[in-house]
Amino acid sequence: MAQSTTERGDQLQVELVAADRTVWSGQATMVIARTTEGDVGVLRNHAPLLSLLVPGVVEISAVDGEDQVAAVDGGFLSVANNRVSILSEHAVLSHEIDVEQARADLESAEGDSESEDAEERVKRAEARIRAAEKAS
Amino acid sequence: MALSVREYRARIKSTESMKKITRAMELIAASRIIKAQNRAQAAAPYARELTRAVSAVATYSNVDHPLTREPEDPKRAAVLIVTSDRGLAGAYSSSVLKEAERLAEKLRGEGKEISTYLCGRKAEAYYRFRARPVVQSWTGFSDQPSYDVARDIGKSLIEAFLAEEGNEAVDEVHVVYTRFRSMLVQEPTAVRLLPLEVVEGEEKPSSDEVLPLYEFEPSAEHVLDGLLPQYVQSRIFFALLQAAASELAARQKAMKSATDNADELIKKYTRIANQARQAGITQEISEIVGGVNALADAQAGSE
Repeated sequence: MAQSTTERGDQLQVELVAADRTVWSGQATMVIARTTEGDVGVLRNHAPLLSLLVPGVVEISAVDGEDQVAAVDGGFLSVANNRVSILSEHAVLSHEIDVEQARADLESAEGDSESEDAEERVKRAEARIRAAEKAS
Repeated sequence: MALSVREYRARIKSTESMKKITRAMELIAASRIIKAQNRAQAAAPYARELTRAVSAVATYSNVDHPLTREPEDPKRAAVLIVTSDRGLAGAYSSSVLKEAERLAEKLRGEGKEISTYLCGRKAEAYYRFRARPVVQSWTGFSDQPSYDVARDIGKSLIEAFLAEEGNEAVDEVHVVYTRFRSMLVQEPTAVRLLPLEVVEGEEKPSSDEVLPLYEFEPSAEHVLDGLLPQYVQSRIFFALLQAAASELAARQKAMKSATDNADELIKKYTRIANQARQAGITQEISEIVGGVNALADAQAGSE
């Protein structure tokens, strides 16, 4: 059976990996992610690609079940032989996101302009909120 | 008999309660070690993908990155020592510290000065007691390290490595941690972290699996810039996870032998207490018999 799924026409093997766990892995038809150069969509037979991601939303059109939306905080995307790996230190799927918490983080990060990582924290919180909104 | 029966009973009691504590610690360590191993397993895909990507970039671009550049005349080396926060784990922390001393000796022999970075309260206490200088230390996570800690440590080490001048600047970075081989064997290991040797034996693509010709976005240099620090951090995270599993295994082993020893002690004390009790009884009987005899003798004499 595994053979037949890999040979079906339009699929990618996708792995979304955080530093301490595999967040999502499975077959998908399309992956959309935001790189430093802009949004990129990956379909089957995409040329091998290694690209840096910015904090943002990753969308995965899964073959079985619902489409997955995840928030990542940077990391990178690698595509080769119809395998897509998305690596990010912290990656969360939309249904795992605590929107209230993200909003609170956003507010505290915006309020605290002194610390140097405030901008980064703002971006991360925004990515999480966007992902949650997109999924709902 | 030096002590009374009561005192022996008190000793047995205290040994028994100690045994309860060590037994509990043994069981806790045993249950946590499975979690620690699972965490290490869960972190494996990230490390694997990262290594793949790094070797892909290294293969298809002429890598000349500050993090991989060998300094011509290394003068200063940073050593990160990973120990535990708590004791009661047998020789776990002290064997890491010994390995670190050995490495330091070797580096000094090569004419390098050493900046020390520490993980875990045990190492901190060791260095503070000897009043040795420490550049930075991190504590409070030794049995369940999180990636954020690894990132922190990685950032400081990379900063020190990339710094050109000043007291903090180092030319190479070493890590001393305990590698978890099995439940019974954990060995302290020292590895050089920086400058990175990118082509490493562990993830070499086999001959039939040629690495694809990647396009890099925005450019190979930028990708490398983003990848290598993460690679370093993931290596540190790996070391922390291994150290955590080793610590728990060492603690389980130490606590098991402590429990066994307590058993032995209880047995020994029970025997001695019984002997003391018996001796007391014998003495009482002989006193009574002696008293009766003396009375009888006295009465016989008066008649």
